[in-house]
Amino acid sequence: MSEQTLILDSMDLTGRFPGAVVRDERKGYEGYIVDPAALIDFATYLRDEAGYDYLSSVTGVDYLPEGKMEVVYHACKTTGGKPLVFKAQTPRDQSVVPSLVPVYPGAELQEREAWDLLGIRFEGHPDLRRILMWEGFNGHPLRKDWREPYYEEENKPFKSRWPEGRVWRAEDKNPFGKNVEYPAGFDPESWVPDNDSALYAALGMVNSDNQDDDLKTDQMVVNLGPQHPSTHGVFRMVVRLEGETIVELKPVMGYLHRNHEQIGERNTFLQNMPFTDRLDYFSSMSNNFGYALAVEKLMGVKPPERAEYLRVIMAELTRISNHVSAIGFLLNDLGAYFTPVLYAFKERELILDIFEAVSGSRMMCNYFRFGGVARDLPAGIYEKIHSLVFDRLPRKIDELDAFLTNNEIIRSRCEGVGVVTAEQAIALSTCGPVLRASGVPYDLRRADPYSIYDRFEFDVAVRYHGDVYDRYLIRMDEIRSSLRILQQAVRELPEGPIQEGKPQYQVRVPAGESYGRVEGPKGELGFYVVSTGKPNPWRYHVRAPSFINLTALAPMANGNKIADSVIILGSIDIVLGETDR
Amino acid sequence: MYGLGILKGLGITLKHFFMTYVDDIKWLGKRYYTREGIAHRMSADVEGIFTVQYPEEKLPVPEEFRFVPFLLYEEKEGGEVEERCTSCGICAKVCPPQCIWIVRTNDPETGRPIPAPAEFYIDVDICMNCGFCAEYCPFDAIKMDHDYELSVYNRHDKNIFDKEKLMKPVSYYAEIRPTNYQREETARAEAEAAKAARKAAKG
Repeated sequence: MSEQTLILDSMDLTGRFPGAVVRDERKGYEGYIVDPAALIDFATYLRDEAGYDYLSSVTGVDYLPEGKMEVVYHACKTTGGKPLVFKAQTPRDQSVVPSLVPVYPGAELQEREAWDLLGIRFEGHPDLRRILMWEGFNGHPLRKDWREPYYEEENKPFKSRWPEGRVWRAEDKNPFGKNVEYPAGFDPESWVPDNDSALYAALGMVNSDNQDDDLKTDQMVVNLGPQHPSTHGVFRMVVRLEGETIVELKPVMGYLHRNHEQIGERNTFLQNMPFTDRLDYFSSMSNNFGYALAVEKLMGVKPPERAEYLRVIMAELTRISNHVSAIGFLLNDLGAYFTPVLYAFKERELILDIFEAVSGSRMMCNYFRFGGVARDLPAGIYEKIHSLVFDRLPRKIDELDAFLTNNEIIRSRCEGVGVVTAEQAIALSTCGPVLRASGVPYDLRRADPYSIYDRFEFDVAVRYHGDVYDRYLIRMDEIRSSLRILQQAVRELPEGPIQEGKPQYQVRVPAGESYGRVEGPKGELGFYVVSTGKPNPWRYHVRAPSFINLTALAPMANGNKIADSVIILGSIDIVLGETDR
Repeated sequence: MYGLGILKGLGITLKHFFMTYVDDIKWLGKRYYTREGIAHRMSADVEGIFTVQYPEEKLPVPEEFRFVPFLLYEEKEGGEVEERCTSCGICAKVCPPQCIWIVRTNDPETGRPIPAPAEFYIDVDICMNCGFCAEYCPFDAIKMDHDYELSVYNRHDKNIFDKEKLMKPVSYYAEIRPTNYQREETARAEAEAAKAARKAAKG
C-alpha cells in the first residue's frame, strides 16, 4: 500500500464531494451514500486515486416502505483490506442509476442481474438485457411487491403447516400451464422463441462479406449449449466466428435459475443454511461458511475455538475436493476421456466420506450454524482426516502432478490459450484462481483474513501468464497450500465446545447490513444480508464467484479457436447452481 | 525429449491398471461382495479400482447419515405403543422447504389441544434432508432415517408419507444410531434423576 493511499484512506470522502456523498448514518449500516449524478466521478476517484481498483459486488435492495431502490457496491483494494461500501439511491417507480461499466467493466453481468431481478435501470450499460429470466417473464422477482404464482405467505414458517396441517401438494394449487403470467403486450404464441434477435444484435452480427480476403466468407454464429457436455450444466455460449476464430462471445445463462435470493428472503435466517449448500454444490462447506460469517457479523457472535478449527478443516478439504475435480473435468474438456476425472474423484470420494460421517450428507452438508458447527467429529474421523492430509493426499497430488503437468498434449493445448492480463482480471472483477493465475496475489484468506486464517502459515499461490495452463497449475498450487493449512489445523485442533451458547432455531438478528465473504474454491464468495430485526432477512444476496468470473469469458475467448472455448470455460471452473442461483 | 511427459503419464495409468490385479490377488477373491472388501475399497489404503457394484454391493452409511425423517414410538409391554411426538410444531416451523404438516389433536370435550398429533404428514418430494427437524426436536421424537432407497413408480400418491408410514420403533433408532441413542438416553436419565432429586429436596 503506497503512502498516498494511506493518506487518502484517512481522508474524508464526504469532504471531497460536498453534498453528493454523505455517510450512511442508518443504524447498523456503514459506508457512503452517493448521489447518482456523482456516482461515476466518485467511482473514478475511488479507482484511480484511492486505490479501490476492484469492484467486488454490485447488487440492489428494494426498500419498499421508503419507496426507494438502493444499489449497493462493494469496492476493494487488490492489495488487501476491508471492502468500502457505497450506495446509490433512486426512487422505486423510476429507478435509474448510471452504469459503472465504463469505470469497472466487472459490473457488466451484475448490473444486468440487478436490472433483471430488481428492475433498476443502469444508464449507459452497453447491453442491458435480462440475464437470468427470459423475455416473457412478468415483473422483477426480487421486488418486494412481486409474488410467485402460488403465493402463500410473505415469510416462513407458513401458518398452514401447523396446527391445522391439512396437507396438499403444491402442484395441485399451482397447475402446470396456468402458473405463468406474461408482461403486458407479450404474446407467447407469436413470440418466436429462439431467433434471439436482441442477442445477435448485441453480438454485432454483420452479414457483410469479408472484403479483405480473396475468399468470400460470411461470419457465422454458433451456439454452444445449453445442452452440451462441455458446459458443465446448462449454459450457453453464443459465438460469432470468422472461420474458426472467435470474434465475439456472449454467455447466456439462467436455465437453472430458481430465484434463490427470493426464497432466501422468505426463509428465516437459519432456514437459509441448507439452501446455501445448493449454490455451488461442489463446495457446500464454503457456502455455509460465507453465510454463517455474514449473519454472525450482524449477531455479534463468535464461534468457539474448536468450531473455528473444524470450519477451517472442512473449508480446506472442500477446496481440495473442488480443485481435484476441477482439474479432472478440465482434462475431460481437453478430450482425455474419463481417466483423470476418475483419479480425481477417488480422492474426492475419500473427502466426501468424511463429510458424510461428520455432517450426514456428502454434498449438501448443512454443517455450519450461527456461532458454531452442527456436531463434533464422530469417533475415528479425526484419524481418517489425519491420514488423508498427512499421507494419502500429498502422495496422490504428486501422482496427479506427474500424471498431467508435463504432458505435452496438455501443454500445447493450454499454454497461451485464453489469456487474461492482470489489469483485465482486476477490471473484470474476476476472483479466485482466475485472478491469481493472472499474477494478482489476491486471496481473501490473506487480504482480508476471516475466521482464524491469520494463524496459519501458507503461501498465496500466484501464477503470471493468465492462460488456461496457469489456471490449471494454480489449482495444483492451491491444493498444496490447502494441505499445508490442513496439516497445521489438524495438528492444533483444540478440545472444547463446538457451539457458542445453546443451539437455537430462531435466532435474533439485529437490524443492519453485513457482507460476509470467504475465499471459496472458485473465488470470492460473498453474502450480503440486510436485516430489519425480524426473523427473516430483508435482503439476501449472493455474490457468486462462478457468475462474476463469467464476465471475463468473452475477453478470454476472443481471438481463440472455437475448439478452445470449451477449455477456456473449463478453466474458469463454473458451477451452474451458483451461476444461475 | 518430446513425449516424455505423455509416457510418464501413461506409466501412471498402467500402474493403476496393474494395482487392481495385484490387489485382487492379495485379497484372494474377497475384495468384492464382502463387507471387508467394501471397507477396504472405501479406505485410504486402497490402490487400483475402487468402484462398488451397486445394488449387489452397498456402501455402509455412517451413523450421522441423514435421509427423510421418521417418527419414533416407544414399545410398551403388551404391544402398546406410545408416540413421542407432542405436536409442538417446532419441526414444522424450522423446516426450510416447509414439507411437514401436523394436525393437532383437540380434546373432544374441552376442545383444548392435547399433546399428540392427530395427523403428521411429510411430503417426501419436497423434503431436502437437511436434518433440522431432528436437530431441534426437544422430545427426540423425529429422527433422520438411513433408508435411502425410496423410489416409487407413482410419486403423486406415494410420496406424501402419513403418520402410519412415518412411525418406527425406538429400537430401530437405537440400531441405526447407537451412539446418538446412548447419549440421548443418558441425558434423559440424568434429567429424570435431577427432577427426582429436586422433588425429594422439596418434599
